[in-house]
Amino acid sequence: MTAIPISWFLTLSAILFVLGVAGFLFRRNIITLFMSIELMLNAVNLSFVTFSYHNKDVGGHLFTFFVMVVAAAEAAVGLAIILTIFKNRSTLNIDDVNTMKD
Amino acid sequence: MPITPDVILFVVFGLIAVLAAINVVVQTHPISSAISLVAVMGSLAMLYLLLGAEFIAAAQVIVYAGAVMVLFVFVIMLLNAGTEVRKGRSFMVQLLGVPLLVALLGLTAYFVQRIYPARETVHFGGFTGGSPQDIGHALFTTYLLPFEVTSALILIAIIGAVVLARKEID
Amino acid sequence: MQLWLIPTLPLAGFLINGLFGRRFSKGVVNVFAIGSVVLAFAWVLRVILGMGDLNTPVYEHYFTWMQSGTLTIGCDMAVDRLTIVMLLVVTGIGSLIHIYAIGYMAHEGGYYRFFAYLNLFMFFMLMLVLGANFLVLFVGWEGVGLCSYLLIGFYFDKKFATNAGNKAFIVNRIGDFGFLLAMFLMVRNFGSLDFATAFRSASSATESTVTLIGMLLLVGACGKSAQIPLYVWLPDAMAGPTPVSALIHAATMVTAGVYMTSRSWVIYTHAPGAMRWVAVIGIATAFFAATIGLAQTDIKKVFAYSTVSQLGYMFVGVGVGAFSAGVYHLVTHAFFKALLFLGAGSVIHALSGEQDMRNMGGMRKKIPITFWTMMCAAVAIAGVPPFSGFFSKDAILLAAYEQSPTIYWIGIITAGMTAFYVFRAMFLTFFGEYRGHEHHSHESPPVMWVPLAILAALSLAGGALFHVPEFLHESFGPAHPEAENTTLMLISVFAGLAGIGLAWLMYVAKPGMADSLAAAFKLPYQLIYNKWFVDEIYDTAVVKPVVAGSRVVLWKGMDAGVIDGSVNGVGARSRDLGGILRRMQSGSVRSYATWVLLGSVLLIWAMGFAGAAR
Repeated sequence: MTAIPISWFLTLSAILFVLGVAGFLFRRNIITLFMSIELMLNAVNLSFVTFSYHNKDVGGHLFTFFVMVVAAAEAAVGLAIILTIFKNRSTLNIDDVNTMKD
Repeated sequence: MPITPDVILFVVFGLIAVLAAINVVVQTHPISSAISLVAVMGSLAMLYLLLGAEFIAAAQVIVYAGAVMVLFVFVIMLLNAGTEVRKGRSFMVQLLGVPLLVALLGLTAYFVQRIYPARETVHFGGFTGGSPQDIGHALFTTYLLPFEVTSALILIAIIGAVVLARKEID
Repeated sequence: MQLWLIPTLPLAGFLINGLFGRRFSKGVVNVFAIGSVVLAFAWVLRVILGMGDLNTPVYEHYFTWMQSGTLTIGCDMAVDRLTIVMLLVVTGIGSLIHIYAIGYMAHEGGYYRFFAYLNLFMFFMLMLVLGANFLVLFVGWEGVGLCSYLLIGFYFDKKFATNAGNKAFIVNRIGDFGFLLAMFLMVRNFGSLDFATAFRSASSATESTVTLIGMLLLVGACGKSAQIPLYVWLPDAMAGPTPVSALIHAATMVTAGVYMTSRSWVIYTHAPGAMRWVAVIGIATAFFAATIGLAQTDIKKVFAYSTVSQLGYMFVGVGVGAFSAGVYHLVTHAFFKALLFLGAGSVIHALSGEQDMRNMGGMRKKIPITFWTMMCAAVAIAGVPPFSGFFSKDAILLAAYEQSPTIYWIGIITAGMTAFYVFRAMFLTFFGEYRGHEHHSHESPPVMWVPLAILAALSLAGGALFHVPEFLHESFGPAHPEAENTTLMLISVFAGLAGIGLAWLMYVAKPGMADSLAAAFKLPYQLIYNKWFVDEIYDTAVVKPVVAGSRVVLWKGMDAGVIDGSVNGVGARSRDLGGILRRMQSGSVRSYATWVLLGSVLLIWAMGFAGAAR
């Protein structure tokens, strides 16, 4: 084999994405939840770059760039929110911040 | 049949990425997850290089791994988060979680295999338009508006983070 | 001619007494009530005198009531010879009974209400008689049914009275249903309900249609005129005050069926099958009711069954084609039956409410006027010549003999039974020793015995004076010669006299004979004493299943179960659905994420297989 088929990259991206979703569904710590979201974003970045290679267009790279910017902003704000939640509820368990009636 | 370095790089770093990602999900202490996530990002940077995205690879390491993850680690240490306690259950997640994940993976992989022919391959030098020069050119011409908007976005995010996380002045 | 005045005068009496009677004194109530009926009678006389030779009918059209497509029904009144006979009977006897009621109801509560209802009844009865189309007749028909219900249940605090009122109304309704179906058929086949137009078209309609209409009209008449199988309401109707029994259930309302069938003589002459049924039902009822009358102990019940039986005779008259004979018997029956009832009322009044004949006896010394007037009615109904009942009954029986000797012979036996039970009642009440409690009984006041006397005179002489068949000569088609058969006449007279003689034997000469005969023939006696258990049979066969069906199926099953259930069910199911859907909004982030994942998987699957991936 001299080169990697492009579908492998996309499949890898899919695997990473699914792992990110799995982390989001099954973990209870809010920070770990956040990290799963970052993992999902990275997987999507990979597929953007792959498509950019496929279409020979730099636009995919630009999109990845913007995704990174947004992810950074989101991480900043999100972690600030987590700090506030921790201050109010003293817990980092996502199921415990639910105040809705059963 | 010759095995080129591209393939070896892909296999090695792909494996590292997957294993680290599994580690992120599986580890109980957040700090371990954070470190694993850094590993994922690093391997992804390597894969970007393979795809001819030099600038993005560098940005990944500098911004993502170097800034965002550091922020995560700071917050983990600030909150003194310990190992996760396993309590609270959700009926939906238990019932549908795994099947849906399997379905998602299966569907996506299937479609990908179907649409993209195996002839198309990735190797070093297959795409040369990912240099900082090309990115800069596109950024300031075709994608100027999103660029400006993003700068506003970052500004808002900074202000928001500061407001949310400050101590109340009594 | 202002025919509309005839019914409107009693209507005015009803309105005034009904609305304001509570505040009037008895005298004022009397003035409006009696006055309106007497004035109506006077106007009837005036109309008759103004009609000349009475061969051209007077026809007045007031307004168009309904117009729908090709069907036009107006509020029309017409007077021809048949109408004149009916008008005289209704207003004349009505006036006498109104006068009598002043005395009878003097001690009763609800005085003004009684006369208001009585006036309302007169209004509807006159509408019935004056109507020139079937629908106006039907309005009167229904109206007299309503008044019958109101007056039977006059003592509304007594359960048996209100039950009797309900029974009368409901059984009447069954008959009315048949009448309505007949009218629908007439509209469909003849295109009009006017007497003139309908009868013209009847000649050209198919025989099966006309027979069907005739049969359905017969059903209606059976309900109103208490023939088999719808007679059961009449004996129970005796729960009303006696003037009501006399007016409505002897002289006028129950004869409406006879009037209606004889008015529809054109239809019946074109439907011999239906006419045969009229005669058969008539004679069967006459015989059947007479058997029951033999053993009754309540004086009013005896006369009630007698009314049913005599109505049967009238139906026989109509059924054999002797329409004028049927109407003749209607007139004479009005005389002597009203008299019998009013007399019975006088007896009851004298005995302060006692109605059981076993507690009466020897009354002829105490209330002689009542006794002598009732005796006049008794000989009339028994068919003793030359009194009125003889002429009318004879006319029917002779006409029946020509059609079917069987009907004639059954009629003769029934005549014998009629004479027997009427004189049985007379002897039990007025002869022998007084069997009741110690009581001071007095004769009725003049306001009560003067009408009795007038009716007695009519019962005796009315037959000879008013020869109705001659008067109604041409009203029912080309006249055929009246049958004259001396032998048959003698047989019927003999039957009557035999009945009287047998009653004399069993109740005056040998008083114990009746009881020993009853003991000897226990089963037949039990059957006729208990009215052949017809009420009980109807109850189990019809009433109870219908009531049970209504309660179980229609009320609990359909209404509460299906309708309420579905309406409530919609609400309950919505609530349940809401309860289920609410669980989606649990506040748990992870389940939200699962939902999102589910949605996206479905989207990918749909897009992939249905669209994007070709």
